Amino acid sequence: MSSAALANADKRARVLVTPEGIAVPVKVASRASRFGALALDSMFLNIALVLFQILLSLTIGGAVEDLADAADQSISGAAEFLVVIRILFVFIAWYGYFLVQELGPRGATLGKRAVGIRIAARGGGRLTPEAVIARNLLRDIEIFYPLIFIIVTLITSAAGIDGGSMIWAALLWFLVFALFPFFNKDAMRAGDVIAGTWVIDAPRTKLAEALSTQGAAADATSETTGVRYEFGEEELSVYGEHELQTLERLLREARPEALAAVHATICRKIGWDPGAGDERAFLEAFYAQLRAKLEGDMRFGKRKADKHS
Amino acid sequence: MKAPMLGSWFGRQEMAAPADIESAALRSDRFRLEREGDWRRLEDIIARMEKGGLKRIDDDDLLALPTLYRTAASSLSVARETSLDLATLSYLESLVQRAWFQVYGPRKGFFAWLREFLFGGWSRAVREIWLDICIALFVMVAGAVVGWLLVVQDQDWYYRLVPAQMAGGRVPGASREELLSTLQVEESTGGLSAFAAYLFSNNAGVCILAFALGFAFGIPSLMLLIHNMALLGAALWLFNEAGLLVEFSAWLSVHGTTELFGILLAGAAGLHIGRSMAFPGDRSVLDAASASGRRSAVVMVGVVIMMIVAALLEAFPRQLVAASESRFAIGGAFLTFWLAYFFLYKPRRLDHDTAEEAA
Repeated sequence: MSSAALANADKRARVLVTPEGIAVPVKVASRASRFGALALDSMFLNIALVLFQILLSLTIGGAVEDLADAADQSISGAAEFLVVIRILFVFIAWYGYFLVQELGPRGATLGKRAVGIRIAARGGGRLTPEAVIARNLLRDIEIFYPLIFIIVTLITSAAGIDGGSMIWAALLWFLVFALFPFFNKDAMRAGDVIAGTWVIDAPRTKLAEALSTQGAAADATSETTGVRYEFGEEELSVYGEHELQTLERLLREARPEALAAVHATICRKIGWDPGAGDERAFLEAFYAQLRAKLEGDMRFGKRKADKHS
Repeated sequence: MKAPMLGSWFGRQEMAAPADIESAALRSDRFRLEREGDWRRLEDIIARMEKGGLKRIDDDDLLALPTLYRTAASSLSVARETSLDLATLSYLESLVQRAWFQVYGPRKGFFAWLREFLFGGWSRAVREIWLDICIALFVMVAGAVVGWLLVVQDQDWYYRLVPAQMAGGRVPGASREELLSTLQVEESTGGLSAFAAYLFSNNAGVCILAFALGFAFGIPSLMLLIHNMALLGAALWLFNEAGLLVEFSAWLSVHGTTELFGILLAGAAGLHIGRSMAFPGDRSVLDAASASGRRSAVVMVGVVIMMIVAALLEAFPRQLVAASESRFAIGGAFLTFWLAYFFLYKPRRLDHDTAEEAA
């Protein structure tokens, strides 16, 4: 992670305090991921509606021709049934899609789950059905009404009917709500303000193996060469927590060329002669001993964020 | 690095045995290895809850859940102070967050919520916004009066207020017979249910708009109410000119008492939000907005139900029942029902809800 990205991630970090006083760390979802989730959800919903339409015309195909007569009063029973089903389905799909999923145990729609975010009650209480309903009722007016209005106006003006200044009003309306998340630090949209909710990252991290029980990290001895790697106080004091965690990531990724590069860098920095062929054991031992030193310092209240501090 | 086991792609994984604790060189890793079993058990319970709710969890696990959650949370705070193992820290952060959502997740299922809503929650929410209802009612009456007066002054206003496709034959200068014919019953029931579904979807849209516009301090909500009621006022004037005011009112009252009541509630709900944001009192604006937003959401779910009722009434009895007296009786009965339901029916709040609200 670059330092800019790291600083950004910290800017989004919040702490929820639960009723029994446990601090739960959360991260406000980025605006980009929210936009991505919305785009995905609209896509799913539209695909579902189109599929439903196709299914309907396949099963009750004969009635579709009758729809042409729907404008007249001579609407047939089957066609009428079709119209009723379609109107109700669109209404239920539109509101049900978001409501049902956000009320579920994941607190997220398919699109939100795909990008790894969910909704939560601001301030750490329960997420209530009322809150989910409130935030979803506002979505239409924030995004879809002005958007549909703009599209319709564009089409009619292309057909030669002048929409006048209405399109600018709609555009302004759209922008006010679309940009709303950029003017508060928690990236809330208007619906979130009304409902008392926010959207946060929902990471699902697997627990990785403990590094310090493996190979040379455990006993400082290389399995391949039998060399013991011991580092002195001075050699370990050149690095801090940031470098330690970068090293941890590299060891977990285990790409030989990256390990070789880091091995060379560390050797140069602490004045060792970089050999070749035993990089992993060297780095494991260095990682374990650096961590032991930094964690020991932590217990005395001393922290070293990175090599510059 | 071990090759990923095929088993990990299918269903529940075998729980990996924690590595030998003695071999861990670091104090913080020994801390982790000692507790890892509990964390993994918690993770397993949560994963099942996220998939299918409480049904898949046996009693032992359910009883252990709060303890495991607290253990994981305290592990996290200890790890933050003593460990620099990024993998463990990020795992614990994600685990504690997921566990918290399940422990404090929405307890009420949708149907339990619906029951509470119908038997108390709805009418309580409506009573809580009584002031906004009064304001919205005043605005609506004023809108109708303005519509009437405008048309009295200048008949051109009628064409400005009433969209052409809505007017049909109802235009100034139409004869009494023509106007009366628009109030007649349909000869057949064909097309009525499609009409009802269309009306519902349309009216519910208007109501949701009236509600959502409340966000801008309620002013657009009020303007929407005025506009819609001015239209009604113009129509009232038109039928009054032809001496058909009573017939028109009867025709309108069948579904109108329900529909206009619904629009009134929707506007009031929007206004409630706008008002609490403009005058939050001693709360923060965000707190005030979210409290009133949730209250208004309850009202709005009710409004959608009222719109279903109104659409059914509009499509069937209004088109099938001819006599003005019967029409008034139907409309009046519904008005009485709504008023009684909202303002006379006051069931006691269930105890656990009160506790939840207080918490």
